[in-house]
Amino acid sequence: MDTLNDIIKRAEALAFDLQFSAAKKWKQDGEHRVLVGYLPIYVPREIIHAVNGLPVGIMGAGDRKQIIRGDAYYQSYICHLPRGIIEMALDSNLDGFDGFLFPAICDCVRNLSGMFKLSQKGHFQRYFDYPQNFDPSIGGAFYMQEMEKILEDIYAINHQPLLTERLNASIRLYNTNRRLIENIYNIRQHYPWRLSALETYYLLRAGITIPVEEHNAMLQEVTDIISEERGEAMDNIRVVITGSFCEQPPAGLIKSIEMAGCYIVDDDFMLGSRWIQGDIRDDSDEPLKALMEAYIHQSTFSSAYYDVGNPKGKRLIDLVYKRNADGVIFSAASFCDPALLDRPLMQKECEEAGIPHINFQYHENTGQFKVIKEQAGTFSDSIKLWA
Amino acid sequence: MAEPKDAIKEKSMNLQKEMLAKQFHDLSKATENGRKVVYTFVPGNLTELILSFDMLPVYPEINALQSGMRKKSGDYIKDAEKMGYSEDVCTYVKCDIGMMLNGNIGPTGEKLPPPDLLLLSYTGCFTFLKWFENLERLYPGVPVAMLHTPYQEDGKITKDQVDYMVKQLKEEVIPKMEKVAGRKFDEERLSAMMLNSARAEDLLVKVLESAKNVPSPIDAYFAGVYYIGPIFTAFRGTAEAVDYYSELWKEVQERMQLGLGPVTPEGEMKEQKFRLVVEGPPNWTNFREFWKIFYDMGAVIVASSYTKVGGVYDLGFRHDPAEPLESLARYCMGCYTNMNLPQRVGLLEKYVKEYKADGFLINSIKSCNSFSAGQLMIMREIEQRTGAPVGFIESDLVDPRYFSYANIKNRLESYFQMLEQRKIIISQEGLSV
Ligand code: SF4
Ligand code: SF4
Repeated sequence: MDTLNDIIKRAEALAFDLQFSAAKKWKQDGEHRVLVGYLPIYVPREIIHAVNGLPVGIMGAGDRKQIIRGDAYYQSYICHLPRGIIEMALDSNLDGFDGFLFPAICDCVRNLSGMFKLSQKGHFQRYFDYPQNFDPSIGGAFYMQEMEKILEDIYAINHQPLLTERLNASIRLYNTNRRLIENIYNIRQHYPWRLSALETYYLLRAGITIPVEEHNAMLQEVTDIISEERGEAMDNIRVVITGSFCEQPPAGLIKSIEMAGCYIVDDDFMLGSRWIQGDIRDDSDEPLKALMEAYIHQSTFSSAYYDVGNPKGKRLIDLVYKRNADGVIFSAASFCDPALLDRPLMQKECEEAGIPHINFQYHENTGQFKVIKEQAGTFSDSIKLWA
Repeated sequence: MAEPKDAIKEKSMNLQKEMLAKQFHDLSKATENGRKVVYTFVPGNLTELILSFDMLPVYPEINALQSGMRKKSGDYIKDAEKMGYSEDVCTYVKCDIGMMLNGNIGPTGEKLPPPDLLLLSYTGCFTFLKWFENLERLYPGVPVAMLHTPYQEDGKITKDQVDYMVKQLKEEVIPKMEKVAGRKFDEERLSAMMLNSARAEDLLVKVLESAKNVPSPIDAYFAGVYYIGPIFTAFRGTAEAVDYYSELWKEVQERMQLGLGPVTPEGEMKEQKFRLVVEGPPNWTNFREFWKIFYDMGAVIVASSYTKVGGVYDLGFRHDPAEPLESLARYCMGCYTNMNLPQRVGLLEKYVKEYKADGFLINSIKSCNSFSAGQLMIMREIEQRTGAPVGFIESDLVDPRYFSYANIKNRLESYFQMLEQRKIIISQEGLSV
C-alpha cells in the first residue's frame, strides 16, 4: 500500500498536469476512445463514460502557466479563467481532445464556447445548457435533449451506441465516486487534521483527469488511511468556503487559509464532482431519465441555476450547521458575476443566522497571500475570542 | 465639456417623449388604479403578453440607463456597493438596486410602483438571473415567473427548443400571470397585438436599413437607441408604436429625399466622412459628449449590434399572430446576445459589407460580460473577413468612474486618422489603376 504522501504527490501531479498526459495516454491505450474536456461546473460524466469516453475537467491554467497570448483575447475586467483556457487551446495542451463541453454557468463561458467554435478546436464544442425549469416534464425533458446532443457528438466520432446496461454500470461507478468523496468530507468533518484541505483538493482535482475506476481506487486507499488516527489536532476554527466553484483559487490560497488557523470543513472548489447529492438510480430501464431526475431533484445549491423555492443562502446555512462550522469564507474570483452577485444575499443569511463571515477575491494566478493570511488569521482569532 | 442646452429634436422624438411620460405617469398611479405591475427585461421581453393582461411592464435596465443619463447612477451604484455588491459586477444591477434603496424614483421624477410579478425571461445574459434573485429578496413575497430561453448553441433555433419554451409559457409563466392579473389568458387578444408588433417591426427595419444609403439619413447607434425605445419596451404590440414608427419612417424618408444626414442634438449632421459599424452598448452617463465626439469628426454609425438586443428584425423575424406563443419563443431566442459567437460575427461581417462601412468599432463595456467576453476575437475575425480597420474603446454603461472622456477621445482621434489615411491610400490606388 502506498503511503498517503505518495498518493497525494501523485494526485497533485495529476491535478496540475496541464498537458493531461494521463488522459491522453488512456486514449492511446484503446480503440474508439474519445476525450471530452468539460469546463466547470457540472456535466453528467456518466453518459460520456458509458460510450467509451473519458470526461476530463478543464479547470483553468491556474498559476501553472504563463499567459502570453490569452490576455490578447480578454479585457482586463474579465475573470482569469477563460484567458488561461484560451492559452491552453492555442498551445498544445488541449490537442488530442475530441470535444469540449461548456456548462451554462455564465456569459464568459458561454462566449468561450463560441470562441472554440470559431477556432474549430476539437470535433465538437458544445454549450451545455442547464434547464432553469425544474419540472421533470418540461426542464427535465429539455435536459434529456441536451444529454442526447452530447451522445450524438460522441457517436459521430466513435460510433459507440449507448447501452442501458453500460450506462447503469457507469452510474454505479460514479455513485461510488461520490460516496467515497462524501465519506472523506465526513471523516474530515470530525478529524480535519487527518487530511488537509489542500490534500483533499489535490485528490478531487486529480479525479477529473483520470478514469473514474482509478480515482475510486485512489479515494478508497485514502479513506482507509484516514480512517485511522494520524496527524495532530490543532486549535483551529472550522470554516466553510463558498464562491470558488469555477475559477479555482491557487493552491497557495487554500494553504494560507489553513495555515492561518482555519480548518476548511467544506468548500465548493470541485463542485462538479459533488454536484449530485446521494446516489443516482443504477438499475433502471431508462438510465438517462435517472440522470435527469437526479439533476432536477438532487443537485446541490449553486450560482449556476435559479434557486426557486430552495434558496442557496439557506442551504449554505444548513451546510454550516451540518459541518458544525464556526464561520464562512466567501472566496470568489474577481469579476465573477455569478459568485459576486450571490454574495450579498448569502452574507445577509449568515448575518441573520449569527454566523461570522469574511470575504476575499482572487485570481487563479494570484501569487501574494500575505493579506489573505492576515485576514483569515484575524477571523480565526476573533472567533476563538468570541466563542 | 460644454453641451448644447436644448437638443434639437425630431417630431417622432417628441411623440416618444409623450408616450414615455404617459407610461411613467400610469405607473405612478398603478397602485391607486389597481393596475398590476410586472418587472421584466428588454432582451426577450414578453411585452404583448403582459399588455394582453392589462398589466404594466417595468424594465429595470431602462430605469438604470435613464438614471445614467440623469447623472444619478454614480450615487446609486455606490449605495449598492455599500450594501456589499462588488465593484466588479454589472453596474446595471447595482444602479437598479441603488435606485430602489433611494425610493425607486423613475425618470420623470415620479415614484415607480413595486412589482406584483417578477417575470424573469432570461435571454442572452446570465446576470439577469442573478439580478432577479436579488430582487426577489428585496421584494419578499413577490412571485417570480421564470422563462428559460435556450441559447442558440448550434446557431439555429430548433423545434425542441421552441416546444420547451412554449411549454414553460403555458405551464409556468401564463398561469402565474393569470393569478396576479386575476383574469384568464386571452390568446386572441395576444394575436391581435402581434399584428401591431409586426407592422412596427417592418417599419423599424426600414428605418434601420435606410442607413445603407450614402449619405445615411440616420445614425444607427446614437439615434438608433431612441428608435428602438418603443419597440424594445412597453409599446410593442400597441397602436401607438405603429403610429410612432410610421411617423419616424416618414421623417427618415423625407431626409433621404432631401439627401440630409442624421439629426444630432446640435442639428443636422453635415459631413459624413466615415461610416462605422459599432458593436457593444453605448455609455449612458456621458451619452451626448460621447456622441458629439463622433459627429464632430464626421463619423456616422450605419449599423450597430446594440440596436438588436431586443430583436434582430432585419434578419426577417416578425411576431406572428397565427402562432403567438411559438413566435414569442422564437423572438426570445433570436435576440442578439442569445446568438452564438459565430452567428454574431457573421451578422457584423454582413453589416460591414452591406452598409459599406469604412470601419468597425467596439465599445467594450466593463460591466457587461454578455457583450464583452469574446469581443476581442470578434474584432480579429471582422478585420480578417472584411479588411475594415478596427477600433476599440472601453467605457461602462452607467458607472461614471469608467468613462474617461480624454482617453476615449484620444483613441477615437487616432482611429479616425487611420481611417482618413486609408481613404487617401485607397483613392490613390484607385487613381493609379
Ligand atoms: S469565474 Fe465566474 S465569471 Fe469567470 S468563467 Fe467562471 S463563472 Fe464565469
Ligand atoms: S451583464 Fe450586460 S446584458 Fe447582462 S444585465 Fe448587465 S448590462 Fe445587461
